[in-house]
Amino acid sequence: MSASPQPDEGLRHVSLRSGVYADSVRLMQVSREIGDRPGVTAVLVAMATPLNLELAAGMGLAPDGAAKPDQLLIALRATDDAELTAAVAAVEAALAHRERSGEAQTIPARTIGAALEDAPDPALAIISVPGRYAAAEAADAIAAGRSVLIFSDGVPVEQEVALKRAAHEAGVLVMGPDCGTAIVSGVALGFANVVRRGPVGLVAASGTGAQQVSCLLDAAGVGVSHVLGVGGRDLSEAVGGLATLDALAALAEDPATERVLLVSKPPAPSVAALVGQVSRGLSVPVRSAALSPDQPDLTAAVEALLGDLGVAVPRWPSRPGTADAVPAGAVLKGFYSGGTLADEAMLIAAPVLGGIRSNTPLKPELDLGTDLRATGHVVVDFGDDALTVGRAHPMIDPTLRLEAIAALAAGGEPAVLLLDVVLGYGADPDPSATLVPALQASGLPAVVALVGTEADPQCWTRQADALAGAGAAVFASNAAATRYALSLIGESDV
Amino acid sequence: MSEPLGGMLTAPPSIVAAGVEVFSAALRAQGASVTDVDWRPPGFGSADDLAQLALDPRRAAANRIAVERVLAAGSVLVDVRPAREVLDLPDRTLLHSGPPLTWQTASGPMRGALVGACIFEGWAATVEDAERILAAGAIALDPCHHHRTVGPMAGVTSPSMWMWCLEDPANGGQAWCNLNEGLGKVLRMGAFNEEVLTRLGWMRDVLGPILSKAVRSRTEPLDVKAILAQMLQMGDEGHNRNRAGSLMALRELSPSIVEVDAPAEDIAEVLRFIGGNEHFFLNLGMPTAKLAMDAARDVPGSTLVTVMSRNGTEFGVQTAGTGDRWFTGPANTPVGLFLGDYGPEDANPDIGDSAIMETYGVGGFSMAAAPAIVRFVGGTVPDALATTERMYQVTLAENPAMQIPVLGFRGSPTGIDVLKVARTGWLPQINTGMAGRVAGTGQVGAGLVQPPQECFEQALAALAEESRAAV
Repeated sequence: MSASPQPDEGLRHVSLRSGVYADSVRLMQVSREIGDRPGVTAVLVAMATPLNLELAAGMGLAPDGAAKPDQLLIALRATDDAELTAAVAAVEAALAHRERSGEAQTIPARTIGAALEDAPDPALAIISVPGRYAAAEAADAIAAGRSVLIFSDGVPVEQEVALKRAAHEAGVLVMGPDCGTAIVSGVALGFANVVRRGPVGLVAASGTGAQQVSCLLDAAGVGVSHVLGVGGRDLSEAVGGLATLDALAALAEDPATERVLLVSKPPAPSVAALVGQVSRGLSVPVRSAALSPDQPDLTAAVEALLGDLGVAVPRWPSRPGTADAVPAGAVLKGFYSGGTLADEAMLIAAPVLGGIRSNTPLKPELDLGTDLRATGHVVVDFGDDALTVGRAHPMIDPTLRLEAIAALAAGGEPAVLLLDVVLGYGADPDPSATLVPALQASGLPAVVALVGTEADPQCWTRQADALAGAGAAVFASNAAATRYALSLIGESDV
Repeated sequence: MSEPLGGMLTAPPSIVAAGVEVFSAALRAQGASVTDVDWRPPGFGSADDLAQLALDPRRAAANRIAVERVLAAGSVLVDVRPAREVLDLPDRTLLHSGPPLTWQTASGPMRGALVGACIFEGWAATVEDAERILAAGAIALDPCHHHRTVGPMAGVTSPSMWMWCLEDPANGGQAWCNLNEGLGKVLRMGAFNEEVLTRLGWMRDVLGPILSKAVRSRTEPLDVKAILAQMLQMGDEGHNRNRAGSLMALRELSPSIVEVDAPAEDIAEVLRFIGGNEHFFLNLGMPTAKLAMDAARDVPGSTLVTVMSRNGTEFGVQTAGTGDRWFTGPANTPVGLFLGDYGPEDANPDIGDSAIMETYGVGGFSMAAAPAIVRFVGGTVPDALATTERMYQVTLAENPAMQIPVLGFRGSPTGIDVLKVARTGWLPQINTGMAGRVAGTGQVGAGLVQPPQECFEQALAALAEESRAAV
């Protein structure tokens, strides 16, 4: 025991109360509270049971005379009289204290699995935790029979395959990893635009590709039923189109979807063949807008789809630029935030310009490595994973690209700037606010692919007018923007 | 066939989001229903191990099988017999709580209980004799859990002690536990004075035989699981508070006890002893939980915890996917309230097999059923509710038999999942008694405690290793 009995140490108070009952736990609590007072050296507040009387005797605080078990024993020792009196008063106060019952605090769910238990159906999970921890959260959703959008990047490809196999078994869809864009039954997820609803279902292995396509359809008065993202790796050899096939099958069963457009960066040929074969067996017509040297142009794919629908192709919105005098020998500098848009620009420009160097090159020998300031024709994808480590995506944080523009201007190499600006949910709320002064300061001729709609929070027209006011040529179509940039540097004969 | 993708192509889905909140804001702006997960990096475990287990295709089915066995398990009292007959132990063997230990690593109360048992069995005449033979290794020590047995606190079980014999009609299992001695100076808390030994002798000579005859005379075996279920409706949580359960057990057993052919004063003393012991039922509740958790043993791929147990030195955990392997770490010291002028410095580290109650989903996990218990940590009723709410997030199922009235009769959170413990960072909450750290002291208080995280870290790593080898 902590204190051996020292009957002469300090002043004692020992009393018995009748008609007072508190349960043993409350009494132990009171004893502890009082024992914590600085002047108190020993305390026992307890019902006068034989066991407690024995404890009191052991502490040198036994009551005089007979005690009954239904009496309350208050036994204290303190360093001086004032402390003793105060301690006895504190015992009385503690016994009189009534705990507030209070409201139950809600315990927030710490996992997708816990949160899905109370989610109304239909439910969809969105995961944007660090990629190395994404698998467990996604597995929760699949186990709960719900589809999941994995925004996180850095998920190992074997985990992606395992998740997509499990999802297929469970009859749900894994969108991602690294899926930035989806629209499900009118709910825009991640980076997506405010587009009208309609008969076209998109299956997209490319976020900005899906944004370009859905915005052009919207401009043509055609809406989308759903945009199902599948992640940039889905059409690779390793993943084998697992989610693409499931998404196509789901859209084929969806009454709202009359036609499907598949949007992708260049897929693995074997997977493209498999998806093509499966598509032909579906009850809904599927058109591929998968980029390749033979089909380099998302806008052309949209125009073909409009033809399928019997809808006239509109004049795609644009604003003329002021730059008509471009120095001879100017090079193309494509500074992109959207990977698919960068690919499309390279696929369109390469046959005209020859090799275009890039951090995401069409051919390995054209790899820029880390030298983003290389001279000559260059297209940089600022949204590439290697450039977004520790910073937000360039659609949110333009810093890196604005620095590159300033550096290009300072370097003096004659150039035409080709940029994308992507509007919609999740993106920079006012991209022209920072880009306009940067363009004005640079003095460079600029062409902008402005991907968005009038209904987007940033408003296409407002952004286009601001950028055009800074002298930039603005196009709703990235393909058109690229071709205009080529024409500026004297390569217009495409 | 039902609608594709769970109907989300037909109606706007509600969204559950873990991670960057900017997306949630955009979704709310569209009028979507959004639930934000309070996600945080896992409390422990490598990302590779967590993913390995999360993606193990065996896991969902294995955990379902394991926890269904737990929920299906019943518990009936079929007999009361001496440990000597029940356990078929080699001579001079003592069982103890928790993972394996030696005399050298045993804590004060464990040593006290072992000494007391040696004197009780007549293997030693004095404390010094007992310490000598124990130190010399002349007495074999083995965990209760290795013998389908559980014991509260030190859990020391010797051949002459009488054992509750329980059976699980659903899974065919058996489990055993000795008889509860009451509170204060008792062997299980490490006390071994004359009072303790005298009581043990009376339990051996009078209580055990009368209970044995009474239990055998019943036409229907006592349904112990049913009492445990009723206790939760009556303010008990089945670990630190067994008041209602003890009285219900007395009510059920007393007619048969009274009919036993024994001197009236013995019958009276037996009834008085049971009626005066608020924890009498604990030694019936623990083997009930043990039956359920043993039913879940040996399910490859399952991450369910089958044992949590402490020996006063170490805390030990076993899982359904890793068989009899112990994952151990130094036992924590409980936080709570103290008897008399005992204080925190008098408390021994966590001890006892009674954490089998939490492993089964009652005790600390069902704290919401027993608001009186939460005061042990100076908490409030909302704290009790919050504790149970947290435990729902680390468990695999809700036990429909063990209902918590204040939560709308929701089933108790049952079946601890090692993976969920790692992901949430919430360690299991255990209610417990506290033994004095000095041998011979007895009980000093009661309170709350958690396992050391390293038990769960080791279990997670071992489960992941097994998964890699198997998948």
